Amino acid sequence: MFSIGLGHYLTLAAIIFTIGIVGIFLNRKNIIVILMSIELMLLAVNINLVSFSIFINDLSGQIFTLFILTVAAAEAAIGLAIIVVYYRNSGTVRVEEIHELKG
Amino acid sequence: MENLNLILPEIFISIAIMLFLIIGVFKKKSSSLIYNLTTISLVILLAFVYNLNSISEISLFNESYKIDNLSNFMKIIMIASGIFVMLTSSKYLQISKINKIEYPVLVLCAILGMMVMISSNDLIVFYMGLELQSLALYVLASFNRDNLLSTESGLKYFILSALSSGLLLYGCSLVYGFAETTNFNEILINSNKTEYGLTFGIVFILVGLAFKISAVPFHMWAPDVYQGSPTSVTIFFAILPKIAALTVFIRFLYVPFANMSDQWQMIIIFLSIASMIFGAVAAIGQTNLKRLVAYSSIGHMGYALAGLSVGTNAGIQSSITYMTIYLVMNLAFFSCLFMLRRNEIYYEKIEDLSGLSKNHPILAFSLLVILFSLAGIPPLAGFFAKFYIFMAVVEQSMYFLAVIGLLSTVVAAFYYLRIIKIIYFDPEKEMYEKNHHIGLKLTLILSTIFIIGYFIYPSGLTEIISKINII
Repeated sequence: MFSIGLGHYLTLAAIIFTIGIVGIFLNRKNIIVILMSIELMLLAVNINLVSFSIFINDLSGQIFTLFILTVAAAEAAIGLAIIVVYYRNSGTVRVEEIHELKG
Repeated sequence: MENLNLILPEIFISIAIMLFLIIGVFKKKSSSLIYNLTTISLVILLAFVYNLNSISEISLFNESYKIDNLSNFMKIIMIASGIFVMLTSSKYLQISKINKIEYPVLVLCAILGMMVMISSNDLIVFYMGLELQSLALYVLASFNRDNLLSTESGLKYFILSALSSGLLLYGCSLVYGFAETTNFNEILINSNKTEYGLTFGIVFILVGLAFKISAVPFHMWAPDVYQGSPTSVTIFFAILPKIAALTVFIRFLYVPFANMSDQWQMIIIFLSIASMIFGAVAAIGQTNLKRLVAYSSIGHMGYALAGLSVGTNAGIQSSITYMTIYLVMNLAFFSCLFMLRRNEIYYEKIEDLSGLSKNHPILAFSLLVILFSLAGIPPLAGFFAKFYIFMAVVEQSMYFLAVIGLLSTVVAAFYYLRIIKIIYFDPEKEMYEKNHHIGLKLTLILSTIFIIGYFIYPSGLTEIISKINII
């Protein structure tokens, strides 16, 4: 059996992070999916930080993770609130129909 | 035990936020009371920060929080512009019926976040400050919640800003992993070895920060957000977050990554050139004044970044001077925008300025001064701002950057001059209202006097800024 090292964790985090970014840019359907993609990016960062923190034997990475989790929750709350307000005004949450502001 | 006197401004503003929220909940119809209290507390805050001016450099909380000349100066200009923003926008909020109690409280939250950002000397502290600022700004952008444009701009700002925070965080995690610490000073010590991971981290952090100051190619949110959000929020967006983000730029480039200037210098030069050219070219076809300001601020950020890319103290100081003069010009321009009011409606198209000089000669004259200054025509303040930048750039024999900067100034002058032509030579429209709030008049008069009178005593500003030595 081979052992799982830092490289594996970093690769996993990089893959999840890329999925998050691609999800924001390729998504044409729904804003909620964008919100999920943003959350995915933050979670990838958390994996990165925790694995670094274990492998360099330093606690501040895990503390950073706790802060990021809290901020991510607040961000999701505000994001959902903005989406609800937007839906009330426009009646849609489809990404391709958001084009009032153009120049 | 840390000396809590040193973070008294931050403690004061936190208490003020909580107090105002409580007053707002328990006292009916207290929105204008809280608005005035917020303005007063910002003045007190300015006094507190000014009081720390004598401290040249001190680190708090295990070196995670830093108070030095840079942070003091940036906090002072940020809070001062915050006061003027509050003074100019009070009437606008009443007329567009968004004078709720949350508005001033959110402004205070954003200012607290920016103060933390400016003083941060640690990745975690910096991230918390940044998020406090952006979370408050998301809500402010969509504050006019019954308006489709305002909510859409809030939504766009939220998505792109959250994306940039994600990129920035990924960079932070890489820097933490390869430098094995979150403290800026220790990152500097550990960054001597050339690690690819660290370089990746720097690139991600710079991309995230470039989003925040809307440098090309990460500018796409700025025009939409500026146009859609309420004008009182647009003026806030155009000034305060840029000051904070530029300070963070200076801190990141010259404290933790000072040894790696080979890696970041090309990136900054690219961002700067792209912003200068794009800001000049894209603004030409605009019809909305707020959108035009967005493009012009992209261009101005390009000049400020050109000063940073030089890598000398003179370059940093020229950038800071540029930011100071830029914020005064923007304050003046938006005060003029707030004066275009007729029958409780604010006008924001370029064609609404047509023939302004016949009915409102004084307003037209101050717009003339402001636009000439934005275009960089001597002897107004905007010329000196650009002059310092070009001096610093040419001193390091980066002629290419200086030439591009000069050429884009010429292109940008075209659309500023076009507005002046519309004001002075086009057929006149109906009169705008003439009675304005005293704070609005005061801001316009003071900032116009600053722009005109800067050349009489330019060393007043540059001497204060020359105390800021980072390297």
